[in-house]
Amino acid sequence: MSIFLDKNSKVIVQGITGAEGSYHTGRMLDYGTQIVGGVTPGKGGQTTGRGLPVFDTVKQAVEATGATHTCIFVPPPFVADALFEAYEAGIGMAVCITEGVPVHDVLRVVGATAGMRIIGPNCPGLISPGKASVGIMPGHVFQEGSVGVMSRSGTLTYEVVDLLTRAGMGQSTCVGVGGDPIIGTTFVDCLREFANDSQTKALVLCGEIGGSDEEEAAAFIAAHLAAMPIVAFIGGRNAPPGKSLGHAGAIISGAFGTPQSKIAAFQEAGVPVADRPSEIPRLLAQRLRETGVD
Amino acid sequence: MNLMEYQGKELFARVGIAVPRGRHCATAEDVARFIAANPGEWVVKAQVLVGGRGKAGGIKFASTPEEGRARANEILGLVIKNRQNPQGETVKSLLVEERLPIAKEAYCAITVDRATKKPAVMVSPFGGMDIEEVAEQHPESIAKFFVDTAIGYSPFIGRELAFTSKLDEGYRKAFPGVVAGIYDLFFRYGAKLVEINPLVLTRDGRVFASDAKVELDDDALFRNPEFAQWQKSLPLDEDETLAAAAGLGIRNFRRFDGLVGTMANGAGLAMATMDAVDNAGGKIANFLDIGGGANAELVRNCYELVVNHTNAKSFFINIFGGITRGDEVARGIVQALRETTSRKIPMVIRLTGNNEAEGRRILAQAGMTPVETMDEGAAAAVKLAGAAK
Repeated sequence: MSIFLDKNSKVIVQGITGAEGSYHTGRMLDYGTQIVGGVTPGKGGQTTGRGLPVFDTVKQAVEATGATHTCIFVPPPFVADALFEAYEAGIGMAVCITEGVPVHDVLRVVGATAGMRIIGPNCPGLISPGKASVGIMPGHVFQEGSVGVMSRSGTLTYEVVDLLTRAGMGQSTCVGVGGDPIIGTTFVDCLREFANDSQTKALVLCGEIGGSDEEEAAAFIAAHLAAMPIVAFIGGRNAPPGKSLGHAGAIISGAFGTPQSKIAAFQEAGVPVADRPSEIPRLLAQRLRETGVD
Repeated sequence: MNLMEYQGKELFARVGIAVPRGRHCATAEDVARFIAANPGEWVVKAQVLVGGRGKAGGIKFASTPEEGRARANEILGLVIKNRQNPQGETVKSLLVEERLPIAKEAYCAITVDRATKKPAVMVSPFGGMDIEEVAEQHPESIAKFFVDTAIGYSPFIGRELAFTSKLDEGYRKAFPGVVAGIYDLFFRYGAKLVEINPLVLTRDGRVFASDAKVELDDDALFRNPEFAQWQKSLPLDEDETLAAAAGLGIRNFRRFDGLVGTMANGAGLAMATMDAVDNAGGKIANFLDIGGGANAELVRNCYELVVNHTNAKSFFINIFGGITRGDEVARGIVQALRETTSRKIPMVIRLTGNNEAEGRRILAQAGMTPVETMDEGAAAAVKLAGAAK
């Protein structure tokens, strides 16, 4: 199966005629994603270099193409509007790549768009290897398989997936949840979906310092996913306290959000924590053997 | 962007939160003149972003113009440090404020909660100390309310928080208005955090925000151009100044005291790169996240930043191309080495992902060989830093 995205997903791109939008639309098409068109207000009726129809509104695009997913590349001030437009047009899954979206815009959108899943913002997107990719992930490092991957960071996800693929461990779906203070889909939201996915037999969770997503994920795993082989990694163990390193979320303050508290939470939930990304495949293989899944 | 206390209080006044009478002063003379014109008991407070100013001697009392001048002279120019900011911050201005007859101190804040995806209002009857400390010592005292943004603020939220946290009865009448104020400020100006610590109840039953901590969302500043002036006046530390000059976000560069320079694209990979150097037995000279979609010029600036402003004896560049294209980074590295007049240090380059083949070709043409993995790159860079000693 895979989660959130499969072969039948019909994807439109909001901001398809912009530089990033058009470049990554090409890459998504090359990967085999069913991109059915795009939206740029004022450019409706045009056709992109790759032969895709451009629409003025999301509503027109959905009516003409039956789109189920949208990938958003519009500049930060217009993201909330783009998400509301997608929601009103009946889109079920919105992947928001844009970085720098005001936190309050995201708060407003997630509070008012129940029923539409939002991935991001400030995320690399979503890929179900061998089926489709929505976002900016480099498709060639992925391989179809049974490991579900979720991560707060883009490039670290590629790093980890590359290692998994080289170790012969393909992936069911990889979700880059995004690094902002408020995101549409958290680790716990991903875990709920992975728990019910027939293709997913094991999970890798790449967290980082700051916030409490990892602690909450660990609690969810202990309660609902104790039988699933899962390995975690926490980036930023050497970060000094109180300093924010890049991601808005990656700030250590007090005892909360420290690498120690996250590692302890995972260990308590029976999830081994890798010291470095290159250890993940070995630890996962070990968990697969221990749990008899493999 | 974190605001100074006096700036936060200016916003408090706009949303109807009571703040003590006072004046923002840049010199000791200003302080003396203000007290002369307004006889009474005053507090002279250092205006800095770094925490722990009270313990560092940054808050003092004065009841005459002469005392005001003397206290101001003691505080101005003081360098206030804490564990998180060991370089410290120099006091450049002061807030002179009415000295309140304090009966109780409470805590009240609003922030964004990632787990519920809602604004969270937090209240505790333990004010005047770090909320982290309260969370450790009196976790049961902290009441939280997650606001449904579709409903917004309603006074019952303030009442419920006051009852749940067992706030002193003296607060009850004013408290819903205080929460309404921070909620209003939070939304009106796009704040990520609004904190009142302490929220003072005076012996004569009045409620005041005695301190103000406001963090505005940098990504929302375009909606409030009036804050651009404040942004210019806020102190950047040395690392932040260097990052901004190189064209990086102020949080994308941090120096440490090791010998291995690092650069990666994406904060997660940059942090993992630091960890990889540590795992290989080395110490990092810096954290540097070049961000997404980096171009050749930014790569050159970052090269010079690390070579000229850190202790790096070797330089580990770790790029996994997604939105950043491998060929752009490779061009940047080649261009940096060709054009730079800075000293040269041995480099280890790991380049993979989008446009990796073209990137490797460009590096190979310039006589460089990228390594295959992050661990391998970190180990090589640690070895080179050791050899260069």
